Amino acid sequence: MKAKIRKIATFVEETQREMDRDVTPPTRRAAAVAVIENPCAGKYVEDLSELMVIGEELGELLTARAVAALGILGPSAESYGKAAAVGENGELEHAAAILHPNLGAPVRRVLGKGAALIPSSKKRGGMGVVLDIPLGHKDAAFVRSHFDGMEVRLNDAPRANEIMVAVAVTDSGRPLARVGGFTKQQIKGDDGLH
Amino acid sequence: MPEVVVRKKVVCVEEIFHEGGPVAETPLRRAAALAVIRNPFAGAYVANIEWFMDDLKPLGLEMARKLVEALGGDPEVVEGYGKGAIVGSLGEIEHGALWHVPGGYAMREVLGGAKAIVASTKKVGGPGTRLDVPITHINASYVRSHFDAMEVGVNDAPRADEILLTLVMTTGARVHARVGGLKASEVKGEDGLR
Repeated sequence: MKAKIRKIATFVEETQREMDRDVTPPTRRAAAVAVIENPCAGKYVEDLSELMVIGEELGELLTARAVAALGILGPSAESYGKAAAVGENGELEHAAAILHPNLGAPVRRVLGKGAALIPSSKKRGGMGVVLDIPLGHKDAAFVRSHFDGMEVRLNDAPRANEIMVAVAVTDSGRPLARVGGFTKQQIKGDDGLH
Repeated sequence: MPEVVVRKKVVCVEEIFHEGGPVAETPLRRAAALAVIRNPFAGAYVANIEWFMDDLKPLGLEMARKLVEALGGDPEVVEGYGKGAIVGSLGEIEHGALWHVPGGYAMREVLGGAKAIVASTKKVGGPGTRLDVPITHINASYVRSHFDAMEVGVNDAPRADEILLTLVMTTGARVHARVGGLKASEVKGEDGLR
């Protein structure tokens, strides 16, 4: 593996009640986060292909971990998202190199499908920085019940020469979703939007 | 008698490969289980609260079992533990103290009679409050390599009328432990201290 991983963390959230109402079935989300060494930290590097390779590795590893943490099979996942936080000696473009060129394909391989764009966010920050991973339905970006986000943070990451990379997967939308719009029952799944 | 009303459950697992030193042959794993429950005593001073500890026992056992499962299912791999609570703003620190007995004894039971006192901490705080849960060896509090802590928190909890309860288990020493003291291999395991 090209990525030098210091730490992997998984988070699973299960919401059973909201505003004194039962959420049935409970909504569940998982995120897997890897803390890796940033091979391009501390200097300007023109060619970021090393980070692109790392992105591909982490796409598979983190998606598999998140799905396993939920205890579901990949194809049962409903929404997904990705995010990265670059330590202070790196640049935002390093996060882009990990997230955008190659990370998506293995995510979709693990999940069986994934016609929709994988929503993403990125930032530079110090240890304990909060990542809000945006979430959207994996086959149809317009499914309104599945617009969501998941917060993750690790108190000791990213260090200055590190990058924190996260993939989030759910088996459900928001708890008590009720603002209308396109529903998951209406998904055609051809264009990634509807 | 109010039952325990759970809004949300969270499980976090960290797998630590190194922290700048040699990569561990067996990575250290830490897991935390969190439950966000309604505080039945929120908003007023209630003199008699002790009975609620009994109500919390099943939740404690469920969380302790969940942690063992998150660490692979074998209680034998667990070497460290800790517990904690964050009480929402309409409650008092004493409500967090209700967790000592059901949380601690649940872990000891699930781990087959661990001997050491379960290290703990608690505070009153708003949503997103972080808690540094102290961790010590399960059979001998003085094992220096196992003094550790895990930061936990949930961005939307505890609300004012809630309590966030947590249990933590680890599979070993700090990843680069090297400051001497009583070793895990030297534990007599009689008094819970050495």
